[in-house]
Amino acid sequence: MIKIKGIGVSGGVGIGKVLILRKDEFSVPKKKISHDEISREIYRLEEALMATRKQISDLQKKISQEIGFDHGRIFEAHYLVLEDRVLIEDVIKQIKIKKVNVEYAFSESIKKYVDTLLKLKDEYLRERVVDIEDISRRVLKTMLKEKTLSLSDLKEKVVIVSHDLGPSQTASLPKENVLGFATDVGGRTSHTAIIAKSLRIPAVVGLEVATDNIRSGDKIIVDGSSGLVIVRPTDKVLKEYREKSNLYAKEVKAIHIPKAVKVRTKDGKAIVVSGNIELPEELPLIKKYGAEGIGLYRTEFIFLGRRDLPSEEEQYKAYNKVAREVLPHSVIFRTIDIGGDKFLSRPEVPHEMSPFLGWRAIRFCLARPEVFKVQLKAILRASVNKNVKLMFPMISGIEELRQAKELLDKCKKELKKEGKKFDTDISVGAMIEVPSAALTADVLAKECDFFSIGTNDLIQYSLAVDRTNEKVAYLYEPGHPAVLRLIKRIIEDAHQNDVWVGMCGEMSGEPIFSFLLLGMGLDSFSMSIPQVPKIKKLISNINLKDAKAAVQEALKLSTSKEVEKYLQNELRKILGDDFYRILMI
Amino acid sequence: MERIEEQVIVRKTHGLHARPATIFVQLANKFNSSVKIERDGEIVDGKSIMALLSLGINTGVEVKLITEGDDAKEAINELKIFLEDEDKND
Repeated sequence: MIKIKGIGVSGGVGIGKVLILRKDEFSVPKKKISHDEISREIYRLEEALMATRKQISDLQKKISQEIGFDHGRIFEAHYLVLEDRVLIEDVIKQIKIKKVNVEYAFSESIKKYVDTLLKLKDEYLRERVVDIEDISRRVLKTMLKEKTLSLSDLKEKVVIVSHDLGPSQTASLPKENVLGFATDVGGRTSHTAIIAKSLRIPAVVGLEVATDNIRSGDKIIVDGSSGLVIVRPTDKVLKEYREKSNLYAKEVKAIHIPKAVKVRTKDGKAIVVSGNIELPEELPLIKKYGAEGIGLYRTEFIFLGRRDLPSEEEQYKAYNKVAREVLPHSVIFRTIDIGGDKFLSRPEVPHEMSPFLGWRAIRFCLARPEVFKVQLKAILRASVNKNVKLMFPMISGIEELRQAKELLDKCKKELKKEGKKFDTDISVGAMIEVPSAALTADVLAKECDFFSIGTNDLIQYSLAVDRTNEKVAYLYEPGHPAVLRLIKRIIEDAHQNDVWVGMCGEMSGEPIFSFLLLGMGLDSFSMSIPQVPKIKKLISNINLKDAKAAVQEALKLSTSKEVEKYLQNELRKILGDDFYRILMI
Repeated sequence: MERIEEQVIVRKTHGLHARPATIFVQLANKFNSSVKIERDGEIVDGKSIMALLSLGINTGVEVKLITEGDDAKEAINELKIFLEDEDKND
């Protein structure tokens, strides 16, 4: 028996027979070609690049549909490699000058670049090299007509052990037959780790010596929760882990199966748990995970990656499709939440020192009513079934809300004149993500129908921390007493004015904070969709009075660490050890 | 046909390695003009991810942007602002 310690990147226990995936399990033949064969080899290059592009696009679609668009985006670099003119010209040059076959020319070109990149000894580049090798292996296999390592025809369940796995390899594995992953290289933030976690397959990476000590067919235990891999375990250890694995598998599965769409706390308060959506491709996830509609629909995608503005008709079609698909539940559309620089040509937009504090979101929209009104009219027209709500991002004071509502009224009048139908009583909400809005929530509440707390920005603005800056990211603390006091105040002010409150930041999908927010009286939680079943299960096991008591205690504490520790202990007491552990995976 | 050159200091937090490199290449490919990027005398095609990565550009490094074509001015403006921006949370 050997125990190897690595980094657990995806929780749970996998036990089974090892299948070693070697990186170079196919060889690239070198063949001399004649002058007449050059054009054929170039044609084969184009063909292989096109076929690979199709494979990646299928994979991306699959990943987007299964676990969300953010994860699908990791293949962007793959596409760029396939379209890389410099690389393609280099390959063609080699075919022509050295008169070699396309496989050999391609693999030599890639090798040249990979060597250069590795010489630069940079952590970030290493991750890029994984992507480049991943895609080039795919291209080569397509050329060689080797089966891509999709293992789609894998007949038995195995634990995959490998030096490293490319993201496209991980994504194309048939997840029913993969019990776990163990790799020599990789870190917590590698694309492969992220995909393993999303697919809920136990995984340990960074083992360094796994492939030296493990053979295909070995029995192996992969404990992704503790980061431990046990090779050829004794019967006693095996038995112990089997029990653990069964427990995990059963309960983890149970916790992620959506039950009824509606959920109530143990003592009967109805809570809305909905999903955040960024792309139309993610829509099927709403039904799949049993979310009660969409609590945040980011409308930016329709504007990005193009040089003209989408027309009212085009936007209407996109929004209307969403609104119809989500019936009988509702969707909250957030109006444009990006900077003016994404819309206008450069001379019109001065360079900003602090884009977070700059000309974006509602500020840009109010300055450019001709752009904003097109969107407002399109959203209004999508509201005919009365299941559409509308919210304005980055509101910092009542005047912005008033101006936005005035524009909305204008749009309603114009639509009426044009004879177009819409929901005349459409609900209008303000996003509360700027501290000045939080502190004047009582004023804002008198002039809107609901609030949605955007915690990602609220935390950044309140604590003056840019969390994309590694040097200060540690200061980004959802449990900071200042943040908790603001949120409590927002909810209280809203309820006093009969305005309901939702939250659409990451905080609402984190179990300890969901618990706390329930106690504060939050009415609606919106989160990344795969989190939905888990949080619903949590909510249905909580008594509101326990959550309220926890709020009282938590607000007495003075640091974020104390708050988190307290909430963890409380939650563990209420839910019991086993349920708590599974919830935290 | 216009040819424009400009010195730029890269301000991206992690340099041009991970996502910013991907975005730079995507951005460069939107323009008709050719885009070249020069560092310490080495000039590569800015529309190529492989070539760009091989320059190993860290934050704080000075590079020269060279664009040539009918939208050279637009291209250089947009790319320059991208390189000089720190990362935005999008």
